Amino acid sequence: MNILVCIKQVPGSNNVEVDPVTGTLKRSGVKSKMNPYDLYALEMALSLQEKIGGTVETLTMGPPQAKDIIVESVCMGAKRGFVLSDRNFAGADVLATAYTVSQGIRICGQYDLIICGKQTTDGDTAQVGAEVAEYLGYPNVSNVLSVDGMKDGVISLTASLDEEIVKMTVKTPCVISADGDINTPRLPSYKVKQAITEDAVTFLSMQDFSDKDAEHYGLHGSATQVERIFPPEKTKERRVLEGTAEEQTAAIFDLVCRQKLI
Amino acid sequence: MYNKVTSADLAALKQILGNEFVLFGDEINPDYAHDELGGVEKMPEVLVRPGCTEEIAAVMKLAYEREIPVTVRGSGTGLVGAAVPVEGGILLETKRLNKILELDKETLTVTVQPGVLLMELAAFAEENDFMYPPDPGEKSATIGGNISTNAGGMRAVKSGVTRDYVRALTVVTPQGEILKLGGKVAKNSSGYSLKDLVVGSEGTLAIICEAVLKVVPLPKVSLSLLVPFPDMKSAIEAVPKIFGSKITPTAIEYMSRDTILFSEDYLGKKFPDTKSDAYILLTFDGNTDIQVESEMKVIADLCLEIGALDVFILDTDERKKSVWSARGAFLEAIKASTTEMDECDVVVPVNRVDDFIKFTHALAKELNVRIPSFGHAGDGNLHVYICRDALGDKEWENLLNTCFDRMYKKAEEMGGLVSGEHGIGYAKKGYIKKQYGETPIALMQGIKKVFDPKDILNPGKVCF
Repeated sequence: MNILVCIKQVPGSNNVEVDPVTGTLKRSGVKSKMNPYDLYALEMALSLQEKIGGTVETLTMGPPQAKDIIVESVCMGAKRGFVLSDRNFAGADVLATAYTVSQGIRICGQYDLIICGKQTTDGDTAQVGAEVAEYLGYPNVSNVLSVDGMKDGVISLTASLDEEIVKMTVKTPCVISADGDINTPRLPSYKVKQAITEDAVTFLSMQDFSDKDAEHYGLHGSATQVERIFPPEKTKERRVLEGTAEEQTAAIFDLVCRQKLI
Repeated sequence: MYNKVTSADLAALKQILGNEFVLFGDEINPDYAHDELGGVEKMPEVLVRPGCTEEIAAVMKLAYEREIPVTVRGSGTGLVGAAVPVEGGILLETKRLNKILELDKETLTVTVQPGVLLMELAAFAEENDFMYPPDPGEKSATIGGNISTNAGGMRAVKSGVTRDYVRALTVVTPQGEILKLGGKVAKNSSGYSLKDLVVGSEGTLAIICEAVLKVVPLPKVSLSLLVPFPDMKSAIEAVPKIFGSKITPTAIEYMSRDTILFSEDYLGKKFPDTKSDAYILLTFDGNTDIQVESEMKVIADLCLEIGALDVFILDTDERKKSVWSARGAFLEAIKASTTEMDECDVVVPVNRVDDFIKFTHALAKELNVRIPSFGHAGDGNLHVYICRDALGDKEWENLLNTCFDRMYKKAEEMGGLVSGEHGIGYAKKGYIKKQYGETPIALMQGIKKVFDPKDILNPGKVCF
């Protein structure tokens, strides 16, 4: 089975500051990493490959330095990867991102299965996977807990619908989004990193796509516009509950009720 | 030989502390009869929970006058029975004294009460861009307990142990006097170091009521490597070679596949790699990426050169957590894998770690018992566990005696000592006596007598 995993580079820390003037994330000087949710998707792909054979490749969209996470994916066991990088892609919303990724996938190769992470830790929309499937005309399943097997071009999988767990079969090619915390992602190998060659990473731009109309990408191709980005309110308020275990239990219960947490 | 707690004593204690902080008889939870070590149990007659130094002083005055034994207890996470009130009497719990009192950014010190938990102090320091380097595996232990055992932890390779970070202590003597030992000073040649005597004295000399601890600026970059080796021998043999490279990692831990699998079962969480029989785990700290990565690269290349199967990079919080959380759970995981266990916290010279591990493997085979281990390969402090599994009472007792006798004897031959970081407490005092011999033990007993002529503070521990 040939698998493509879509990955994204995100800020390395959750404490990223927002520029109060431009309303954008201050990325300079902040280290980046692979989106943690994509690591579960990549582990799912690599485990599947070990079980039933085939190849695992990765794809990302971003500035040239997004190459780092493709290299990282190769260090974890992917065969090679693609970076979709073009100034025309800048400022893309969910829809334009999904369109760009779908254009990229069409020229990268023939895949039976495309796996995305559940969501990213910076955008948090959890929509790109489903929209990529829509653009490609492939079936899509979200919150996949495990891919259980593949036979005659049909994969069987288990997915979470929050309240219940469903088992289903899906025709390939298809796009799935792996749920979070479903496995322990393997670690990148220093040994592989030392041996990595140039051809492990391929850069693709809009000129490589079949649709070369810049109006369909980036800010121009976006259906939504971000009005303002602001950091969530942080509070350092702490309350220490004292008294006997029974009194503390009653106080906690009272507190969570008043906060409408239960 | 000691007086029992009478109703008059109880009334006096309630007068000092208030009714709600004095528990008597059946009001006391049975957990207070023991610490994390199985086998040594004794209920206190009364449990007191003081809220300030002056209350502790008042309790001690009463106890000294009435000749009632007093045992201090923090979180009860000790592993040698040091906090078990073996003579009954008063158990004094420090957990109400849980305030971080001051962070002094000019002297790089933090002042804490003894009931502050290690994890609370670590988080507080980090929030303020500092680090409290001692890093024992048991994060829910109190700082008072850490100081009392001179706890070490995983960063000891580079950063030293708890004693190296204690600048000053406020203590209450067995007679009930409040003393300030040491100060917010970096140097101190002013007579005998009473502060350092109290550190590691396991609650036998004085009660720690406040501590001034040194903190360091938080390193900006931290990276770990998990290095798989084909077997434990090659993993452990790598450690002296790493030191030979003149780069000192912050931590060097070793772990076997068996122990990792126990922790997978215990945590219900897979470890990122279990294909190899043995691993070492290294951490590098520094202030720049370039510095940390260049050190990491030298060690990674060296490991590959001397037979490592690979070198895995732990460069994000998630990756570090996936490995370090398993490492932090090893003790509990081994405990959960058997019916009962006892531990040998032996410390040997760093270049003898391999020999000692091999010895425990041979011993396990010879005596037909499971002896899993893990520990601080970088400082020679090993945690070796003897598992009871299905053994009966008598067989278990005999086996423990044989195992401990042989292991401590072997450690001594290698130039090692009985305890690296857990202390002697009640359980290991026979072994320290055996190793040290008459004069050093007599000196320790003499010191105890000077501090505590009536022997009321944590009697029956360490050297008695």
